Amino acid sequence: MAIRWGSYKVKGFYDELIRVTGKPRPAAAALCSYLRSLTDREIEEYRSAAEMAIQLMGVTFTVYTEDEGSIDRAWPFDIIPRIIPKSEWTQVETGLKQRVLALNRFIDDLYHDQEIVRDGIFPAALLKNSVNFRKQCIGIDPPGRIWAHICGSDLVRDKDGTMYVLEDNLRVPSGVSYMLENRLVMKRVFTELFENQHILPVDDYPSQLYDMLAAMSPRNIEQPEIVVLTPGIYNSAYFEHSYLAQQMGAELVEGRDLGVDKDDCVYMRTVDGLSRVDVIYRRVDDMFLDPEAFNPDSALGVAGLMRAWRAGNVALANAPGSGVADDKVVYSYVPEIIRYYLDEEPQIANVPTYKCINQEDREYVLEHIAEMVIKPANESGGYGMLIGPQATQKEREHFRKLIKKDPRNYIGQPLLTLSTAPTLFGNRVEPRHLDLRPFILTSPDSIQVTMGGLTRVALRKGSTVVNSSQGGGSKDTWVVDDEGV
Amino acid sequence: MLSRVAENIYWMARYIERAENTARLIMVNTNLLLDLPQTGQLGWQPIVEILGIEEEYLKQYEDYDERTVLKYLISATDNSNSIINSLRLARENARTIRDIIPREAWECINDLYHSARSTAQSGYYRKGRFDYLQKIIFGAQTITGLLAGTMLHDMGYDFLKMGRNLERADMTTRIIDVRSADLLPEHEEMTPFENIQWMSVLKSLTGYHMYRRTIRDRVSRPFVLKFLLKDKQFPRSFYHTLLEVKSCLKHLKRNEDAINMLNEVGKKVLRADQAILKQEELHKFIDELQLGLAELSAVISNTYFKQA
Repeated sequence: MAIRWGSYKVKGFYDELIRVTGKPRPAAAALCSYLRSLTDREIEEYRSAAEMAIQLMGVTFTVYTEDEGSIDRAWPFDIIPRIIPKSEWTQVETGLKQRVLALNRFIDDLYHDQEIVRDGIFPAALLKNSVNFRKQCIGIDPPGRIWAHICGSDLVRDKDGTMYVLEDNLRVPSGVSYMLENRLVMKRVFTELFENQHILPVDDYPSQLYDMLAAMSPRNIEQPEIVVLTPGIYNSAYFEHSYLAQQMGAELVEGRDLGVDKDDCVYMRTVDGLSRVDVIYRRVDDMFLDPEAFNPDSALGVAGLMRAWRAGNVALANAPGSGVADDKVVYSYVPEIIRYYLDEEPQIANVPTYKCINQEDREYVLEHIAEMVIKPANESGGYGMLIGPQATQKEREHFRKLIKKDPRNYIGQPLLTLSTAPTLFGNRVEPRHLDLRPFILTSPDSIQVTMGGLTRVALRKGSTVVNSSQGGGSKDTWVVDDEGV
Repeated sequence: MLSRVAENIYWMARYIERAENTARLIMVNTNLLLDLPQTGQLGWQPIVEILGIEEEYLKQYEDYDERTVLKYLISATDNSNSIINSLRLARENARTIRDIIPREAWECINDLYHSARSTAQSGYYRKGRFDYLQKIIFGAQTITGLLAGTMLHDMGYDFLKMGRNLERADMTTRIIDVRSADLLPEHEEMTPFENIQWMSVLKSLTGYHMYRRTIRDRVSRPFVLKFLLKDKQFPRSFYHTLLEVKSCLKHLKRNEDAINMLNEVGKKVLRADQAILKQEELHKFIDELQLGLAELSAVISNTYFKQA
């Protein structure tokens, strides 16, 4: 008897596996009783087996240090999975598809007639202020009018159990390789569990990604040339770039491997000469993509790439300029965006958001700043944020001034209490906060959502920071069939 | 195969070979100095010359004091050809092609670099030098063997072999050039130490044993030169390395320019009979071979790595 569920306390949080102390949720019952049956020694064995598997498979993320150049670190992995019943996941999936469909329509509209602005739904001032709006993309028609082919949306659950979208990553979302590897590790370590219940598979992501990319090819040929464009080995997500290229059988290229010829086509330099490239899955940010069109000092990009893309001679995923729809202020308009383009009610909730550009909202935020989280529009990774309840009086005053000075740049949200899941420390389980990043692939004729996604967990007690660089780890995510049985 | 990847493989192989050759050179010279009389010793100057770094060296140092030279050759960061620098560059190249080379090969390269760096001091003094250099030579040989035994013998492997053999050819010509210049062939009588010195030339290239098996005659200038320049079977003879490069080029497309260039260098070395007798002509001749080698490297680089 190693894991004692009786001492696992879930009061004040929504726990993903345990409903009330000692009582697992139905979808997690089999897992919890299995874990209870394990001895200390077995748990230790499983944990070191998982660690070994991670090392063997070379699952790493890269940390750059001055002295040694870049070093690869294994990302901490917790062997207790996070479980979502399929009936719930089906609803989330529908909501995400609806959301991404509307966001693509929104991006396409912004780069064309801007009807949503003309109809007074989305303020022109916000667009003018957006740092991710690329005027170089105005009037371009990417195939199927899809801009954000790959989207990673971050979901969190509040203490009452409601699932919210916290943000959408429409530029170069990462993490999917960890989702795939985590599952491989779990299948090696907990074979019995996979035999006895229906855990929905995630392994088909690379082939779905390949099919989606291949379908974008401007040339109608049997084997279009698909490449993954990486900033190089010093990028923190290099492992993922190389992993996805290998899984898809695509060439992993850097900017200097590619060139645009006089015919406005993209070629890669191979030892057999120049070879035409049809589709680029780019993992390089917009601003570094093409020194001719964007940052002229970029050495990571390909001069003339925008020219080739505009001419329709190469497909880019995600399309440049997609990021216009993932800043924090646009986020606050997503419910309106869904209603405007699809004439539907949002199926998955946004975190209630107060837009300081509206006078009413602004007054509410200024008054309740001590209970809220204040976020600037265009920063990511938690920069420039105020967490009201933890801030000093002085900090709050500072943010009041910032908001009054530039209201359109700020939003306010109530502070959510993230849900938890049991996480293994030695032979004890303790609750830790987590989020979830599913990945959504959009083709002209279908939208596909991963079964679950990447669960990131804050390993420090009480922390809600799940980033890999700041003490975060990950868990496998099981969508368990609770209907078919 | 991407040009960048091919180029990284090629340079990885060259730098590993360079580190190994430098280690061999230091080892042989250390042994030679023990055999020669103390007076009139050539010391370490010839080695610095062989490596073509005397100008940079003299900017910083005034004499060829053993410890200073050894430190410079083994670990100086400002000597781009020091053993540690060569291994570092081999590792940097290997790092970018980790998905192409077998995992063990990467681990070996990484390990060799770290251990060579952390124990570099033991190479500065005669006492620990042999062990230190032996480890580097074995380490490099292990990597070469691992790659031969586990890497796909595809186009990438051809670039690896070309890099290794061009680097070898380069070192062979350097050693012949500098060593033979010291040996003053105009002397009517062979000094008792000349024989030892020619043996050391062979040993720098691990060729002494193989020379004995191939050329059943005493160690003498014309035979040694013939063996090192024209032997078909000795892996470090100039001609052999050319044949190796040619066999790789044959697997590649667009190889006409490179093969033509290579054939010219090949013809030249086979006509070496006259030239190898007189020192002055030999020096000119080796210069031509090195020029040919440089042009060949440039053609390969322009054809396969640097296209617009």
